[in-house]
Order: sequence, then C-alpha cells, then structure tokens
Amino acid sequence: MKFDKAAGENTLFDNAEFVGRPTHRIDGPLKVTGTAPYAYERHDVVEGQLYGYPLGSAISHGLIVSMDAEAARNAPGVRAVVTTLEIDPLEKGMNNVARLFGGAEVQHYHQAIAVVVADSFEQARAAASLIEVEYEKGDPADYDLGAAFERLQGSGEMDTDTGDVEAAFSSAAALLDEMYHTPSQSHMAMEPHASIVDWSDGDQMTVWTSNQMINWNHGSLATTFGLDEDKIRVESPYIGGGFGGKLWLRADAVLAALGSRAAGAPVKLALPRPFIMNNTTHRSETVQRIRLAAGEDGKLTGIWHEAASHALPDGRGEDATAQTPFFYASDSIRAKHHIVTMSLPESADMRAPGEAAGLMALEVAMDEMAEKLGMDPVEFRKVNDTQVNPSNPEQEFSDRNFVECLDRGAEAFRWTDRNTAPGATRDGQWLVGHGVAGAYRGALVLPSGSRALLEGGKLVIETDMTDIGTGSYTILAQTAAETMGLTLDDVEMRMGNSAYPVSSGSGGQFGAASSSAGVYAACMALRERIAEQLGVEEAEFRDGRVIAGDTDRALSELEGQIDAVDSIEWGDFQSEYQMATFGAHFVEVGVHAGTGETRVRRMLAVCDSGRILNPITARSQVIGGMTMAVGAALSEDMALDSGRGMFANHDLAGYEVAVHADIPEQEVIFIDTLDPVASPLKAKGVGELGVCGVAAAVANAVYNATGVRVREYPVTLDKLIGGLPAIG
Amino acid sequence: MSPPIEFELRRRTLLAGSAAIAMSAASGQRSAAQTVTPTGTPVGPESTAVTLTVNGEERELTVDNRTTLLDALREQLKLTGTKKGCDHGQCGACTCTVNGQRINSCLSLAVMHDGDEVKTIEGIGTPEQMDPMQAAFVENDGFQCGYCTPGQITSAKSVIEEIRAGIPSHVTGNLTAEIALTDAEIRERMSGNICRCGAYANILAAITQVAEGDEA
Ligand code: FES
Ligand code: FES
Repeated sequence: MKFDKAAGENTLFDNAEFVGRPTHRIDGPLKVTGTAPYAYERHDVVEGQLYGYPLGSAISHGLIVSMDAEAARNAPGVRAVVTTLEIDPLEKGMNNVARLFGGAEVQHYHQAIAVVVADSFEQARAAASLIEVEYEKGDPADYDLGAAFERLQGSGEMDTDTGDVEAAFSSAAALLDEMYHTPSQSHMAMEPHASIVDWSDGDQMTVWTSNQMINWNHGSLATTFGLDEDKIRVESPYIGGGFGGKLWLRADAVLAALGSRAAGAPVKLALPRPFIMNNTTHRSETVQRIRLAAGEDGKLTGIWHEAASHALPDGRGEDATAQTPFFYASDSIRAKHHIVTMSLPESADMRAPGEAAGLMALEVAMDEMAEKLGMDPVEFRKVNDTQVNPSNPEQEFSDRNFVECLDRGAEAFRWTDRNTAPGATRDGQWLVGHGVAGAYRGALVLPSGSRALLEGGKLVIETDMTDIGTGSYTILAQTAAETMGLTLDDVEMRMGNSAYPVSSGSGGQFGAASSSAGVYAACMALRERIAEQLGVEEAEFRDGRVIAGDTDRALSELEGQIDAVDSIEWGDFQSEYQMATFGAHFVEVGVHAGTGETRVRRMLAVCDSGRILNPITARSQVIGGMTMAVGAALSEDMALDSGRGMFANHDLAGYEVAVHADIPEQEVIFIDTLDPVASPLKAKGVGELGVCGVAAAVANAVYNATGVRVREYPVTLDKLIGGLPAIG
Repeated sequence: MSPPIEFELRRRTLLAGSAAIAMSAASGQRSAAQTVTPTGTPVGPESTAVTLTVNGEERELTVDNRTTLLDALREQLKLTGTKKGCDHGQCGACTCTVNGQRINSCLSLAVMHDGDEVKTIEGIGTPEQMDPMQAAFVENDGFQCGYCTPGQITSAKSVIEEIRAGIPSHVTGNLTAEIALTDAEIRERMSGNICRCGAYANILAAITQVAEGDEA
C-alpha cells in the first residue's frame, strides 16, 4: 500500500471500536506471571545449550600484544575459548562504529576480546578471569569536551544558517549567551543484552536475542559473519527494554555465535551488568553554547546553538542541536554540531537522540530568556510558536499544536498560582518551585510490512515488528481487529521473527505509526482477497462478517486459509511537510532548604502526537519517559575517568536511575489531535516525546525554588547548596 | 564459600589495568593472598546436594557451590520468571521469597538454602489464574517491557505484609503506632526494585488497589 496523499475522512479509524480505545496489554498476563520468554531464557528452543562469558579490554585504546588462554582452556568444564587475536577483525554491521570482535586493536574500554564457553555459567566466568592479556597502551588521550568545544566553535560550515544571525545579535533588545553541559548517559535497560546462538555446524545460524530491529540485526549478522541472509534466523519476541541500546547488533550475539561455532553447540551469553556502560553504546556527553536574541515584544530574532559531543572515528555522537532549526520561530537561526573524536566507548542513539540532550539546554535557555524579558515562560514560548519550519518557511508542519499543549498544561497544573519570585516559596523545610519546558521530537516513519492470515474466523498477523515494552502487540492487534471487523480475541499476533515480513522495527519513535500502517496495509490486502474469493466489490467488514450487496457471510465460514502480505510505503508528499510531535511539561519540586536535596513533587505532560492508538500504553510510555528524565535531571551521570578513558561507575549502584521513591504523582494529557499527513491512522509516535524537555522543566523548577541556576546536569545538591537562601 | 586462591590472585593480576576494580580492590586483602602459594585445585568439594521446596514442590539438586539461588532457579530448575538484571543486588529483578521473606536471589548462594522454602513468580499465579497483585499490574499497566515485573510483584506482595507486620521503614514517622499504608511507605519499600521503563506510578496504583481491596 502506498500512502501517497494525506488521509481523508476515514470511517474505519475515525469511528473506531478498538483503535484509540484504552486497551490492556494482550501480553500482560504472560509478563506478570514470568512466562513471557526473554532471550536468555529459551531453554526450550534447542538442546545442549552451553554458557558463554565475555572478557573485555582493560585499556581504552592500543594494541593487544599477547593473550594466554591456556589456563582458561584447561579449566574445569571449558569447551572452547576464542580470543580476539585468533580471528581477523569482523566486518562491522549496520551502524556499528567500533568493531565488535577480532584483531589486535583495542578501540574502547571493555571492547570484547575473548569469549569462554563452558558447561556452566560459573565455570565460564571463572575461566574467563584466567586469561592473561598483555597490552600496549595507546598514547595518552584527550577527553576534555569543553576544551574541544572552545577550539571548534564557529568553525566549519554551519548545519543550519538562515537569516542574518549577526545582525540579529547586534540589534536585539535582550540577549542571552550561556554554556550548558549534559553528561553521558546509559540506557541501562533492565534486561542486559543477551543472546542464544546456535551456529554449531558453522552453516545455519539461529539467534534468539534481545533486539529492537530484527531486520537490521539479521543483515548485520550476515555482514559480520559473511553468511547469506537466508542461512540466518533471528527471533526476539520479548525485549526487556531497549531505549536505543538494542538497535544494533552487539557483542552478546557476536560472542555467542563465535562460541557456538568453536564449541559445536548452541551458546547462551548475557553481558554482565558492568559491561553495559563500556561495552555497549551510550548517549554522549554534550557541551552546548546557546545564544538567543529577542525583541521587546518577546519575539526571538536570533537563535545560535552550537554543541559538541564525543564519538569514535566515523561515529554520530549526540546532536544536541537537532530540534533547534524547527522548534521556535526566529528570523535567523544558526546551528552546528561538532563531533569530537575520543577513545571512549561508542556513543550512539539513546531515546530521542539529539533532542533529549538538546532540550535539556535549550529549554533552560528559554526559561532564562523569559526572565530577562520579564515574561511568563509559558507566554514566551507561545509568542515564539510557528506553523512553518523556521529554517525553511516554505515548509508547513503537518500538524502542530504546541500552543494548545502549553495552554492545557498551564490550566491543569494551575501554573498561574505559582510564585514567580525565585527562592520565595517555603513549605516547612522545603523550598518549592515550579518549572515548565517545551518538548519537540521529529516524527519519522519507515516502510513496514506484515502478513495477515485468516482461517476459521481467526486472524493471525505475522510481522518482524518488536515490542520493547511499548505495547506493539496490543496496538497491532487493535489495528488488525478494527480493519477486519473482528474482536481482539480473534487476533493472534506473531512478532519479532526474521521469518516474518520486514517491519519498521522499534526505535526513533517510528514504530507505532509505521507498523500499525503496515498491519493496516496487510489487512486491506486480505480484505481484497476475501472479496475476490466471494466475487464481490466494496465489501464491508464488521462484526465478524463480510457484507456486500446480497452477500453477508461470517468470516468464520469462509473456506480454508486466506492470506495476504503487504507493506506500507511512504509517499514523497510527506517531505513537503515537517512532521513532528510536541509537548509541554510542568514540574513542581521541593529543594531542601538546609541540604539542597531536590525532590520532584508533581509532574504533568501534555502531548500532541496525532491519534493515540492506545491511551493506556501510550501513557505508560510517556510516564516512563518522564521518569527517565527525572534521572537525567537529578542523578544520571556516567563518570568519566579521563586518565583511563572509561566510565568508572559501571553498575546500577554507581549509575543512579530514578527509583520508586524519586517519582511523584504523574499526569499525562493527550490532546486529541489527528495528523492526516503522518499515517493512514493519522498517528505519530509518543515514546520519545515523553523524555524530551522534562529534565529542563525540573531544572527550571529548581531555579524557581532556589534562585540558583544550574546549567550543568545532573542538578545535584553540591551545585545548589552554596547559593541557597540563608536559613533564617 | 570463597573462590579458590589461585583464581583470586590471577584475577587481580589480570584486572590490574581495570580502573574500577583497581580502585575498589582493598590492598589489605592483597597482602593476605600473597602469603598463600597458588595451587591448582580448590580445597574441598566443588558442588553440594541441596533440597529446596520451590513453589510447594520438593526439588533435589546438585549445585556448583558458586551457583546463586537465582541461577539455580533459572538455569537448573528452568524457572525463568525470576529475572537477572544485575547479578549484584542492585536492581531487585531477582526478588523471590525464601521462607516467606523477600530476598535478592542473586545475592544468595543456592548451597545456603538447603531445606528452605522458595516461592517464585511461577508459584504466585499463572496467566489463566492470576494472583490479585498480578491482575492489578495488568489492569494498571504496571510495567512496559515486563522484565522487572516479577520482582516488582513479589516485592509488592511482601511490602504489604511487612507494613501490616509493623516493620518500620526509613519514612515511618511513629515507630510505636500502627504503620499506615501510605504512598510514601510503598514507594520507599519498593525502591529496591528498579524499573527502567519507569512504570512506578502505575505500580503504586496497582499495589494501592490490592491493599485497599484487602481491607474492603
Ligand atoms: S539481579 Fe539481583 S538485584 Fe539485580
Ligand atoms: S517494565 Fe521494563 S524495567 Fe520495569
């Protein structure tokens, strides 16, 4: 199905019975009873599974001179050891920047350099620690991103350069020029990267893994091991969290595959938690300089945003300017992302890559500018709203309701009741403050396919789409039931398997809109098949029946199996528009007057994301984003050891994500919007929007509570305590 | 039981370049280890037969002495509902109950549990017959990816029991009065169970619903 013009009045989804209705997860009972099988738990899929355990490099960059694995090979229970010196560097899979295995060169700390396979986990782990490695360390490296930014700012061709920025800054009524810093962050999905691989015969490879993108993973395995794609099968039906950390092929699958070939038996391997920080990918630290110019009316006349992040050579880093060309109206905009090469673990996509870090700074800058102008920060953002892409005014937004998000939020949060004077509101020992921030995140779509199969009135949908907790199982079943006029009980979802048609996969907030359209396409194709078989036209499908003219048949009475495969292809007309999602976040904090400890007291998100396919699962995604952002605002910080080029706090005790006690009452409002350009269902993603802007709302609330402006995340008490009002 | 000495020594040599380990390795222990000559084999038996009662069923197994209760459950008994999130006692995904009390099963060796009664998520309910707490989690969408969920549910049930048993927490104000089942008490006591999907608000709603249902 080609989506080649904006969706019109659509009787199916505009008067839906399932799509858009609050629907409990169909996979819920499996998850709450511990019966949903995650990658490492597939005891049933193949006999004779052995255990793999990885060894990571103890230096950040350099060469491995020698490895002595003799003792490991002779250790009890060991079946095979593969060291990186024994094989040539493996080809890199899609978007892998650092090599996953092979060769003597070390590119980052904890890069995998050996795998041990043994009869038990304990034996493999013990043997791995017996491997002796001799390194030749590379030259001392520079890890100072701030200094790199100083050197680089203003250099190179700007990524965006519209209007006359210099002029705007020379004639503005109000100016802001500040530096901001966001630390490196780790996805820290609760399920570590894990795979079982059966490549016993060195020919056919079956991979049970935890991965967001089956097709990318499948292709990357073929590239990495030089295999034909049709020799590989990948399954990932349940994924214990991804957040972008499981978009790509990673070392767990590669090591399990190598171990399996060497041992001639299937091998299971999970990355130990301490590997997550330095072996897998992370969101890069950013250094950002934001300059804003505004007239007395509060209208922005210039936005100049330059940022730096670290990456390995040819890496993508974290483009903190991602939203800047699109979010606020301004006659002139200049934006530039400088990528600084560093010998650190691979930086790559993490939930809302770019915007998440960029809005942590931009939305604080907006708060600061509002104050300079003596304007309410909600009003200031409204004044600078736009319905066209500010860096390309020819291009309209497909649907943008940012102002409505701000208005609805301000009302629901009772924003106007707040005390605007910083540091002036007390509740016992707590200084109380309120903050607001805007949220912006692009709305991508990718081609997405599925197969719809009807037999005896039951519908099976097969697609390689994944559910990383986002609710795909449920929204796709809703879409299928709606399109076929069946009930949810009539639909069986089969997902996350490379044997099924290729979908968009889950990432970049593109999953829900893309894959639901893909299921819709296959179901529409199935409807046609059924109509053909019955020799009717313009058939209606409702209440489990197909109705056309004199024909009225129950789907359960149709003969045999009828199936159809189709995918959604996105027409060029979409590129005439800027497609994005918008939100407004409101936060109340208490900062302890004596200790500077910050507690979030109340949170509200208002989201403009097109049609919400399932308000229950969508809300969970948004509160999940808000929660992750509380961690980003107040505690998450990958501590860089600049002497050794690694992140030192590599576990869940040292890297502090938000826990129950950190999260207060959270409210989410979806404003009922429809975006006919975005998809046939008029839907857009929401999972990444939830993390965007929230941390800035927290930081702005802390400022309102204390009068201390922190521009360096996380906002910890040491950065507040010196500036707190005197305890009187 | 400590790992074999040789293993200890070599581990240090190997990881001398690893910053975090080097930073945390106590130098006192190092000198103690150095006085012992490394030998090839561990002292004493390497595995032990234990009998556990798991979800009401007696199970006899022989475990490597290094095997955690978590791995005994997941790998030997193939009860994979109890999850491994960190293996370091930092996340709560491995929570199950032993003799009625919740523990992080990754922090406990299986050999220490001979004769103990273990209950895992599989013993709490099934998809066809969910425990009220499991049903409340589904109803309140108290999860996304589901990986932390068995641990959350096990802890949630224990939290209600612990409050009713009068066991105080960090946020309990009055130690002599009956402890109220407040949001703050639940949040505090659930804070050992991390949910990176951030379902905390919904988990709280599920727990509150069950607790109130019990009282009604
Ligand atoms: S796995 Fe036991 S606490 Fe994390
Ligand atoms: S549901 Fe994913 S970690 Fe809690």
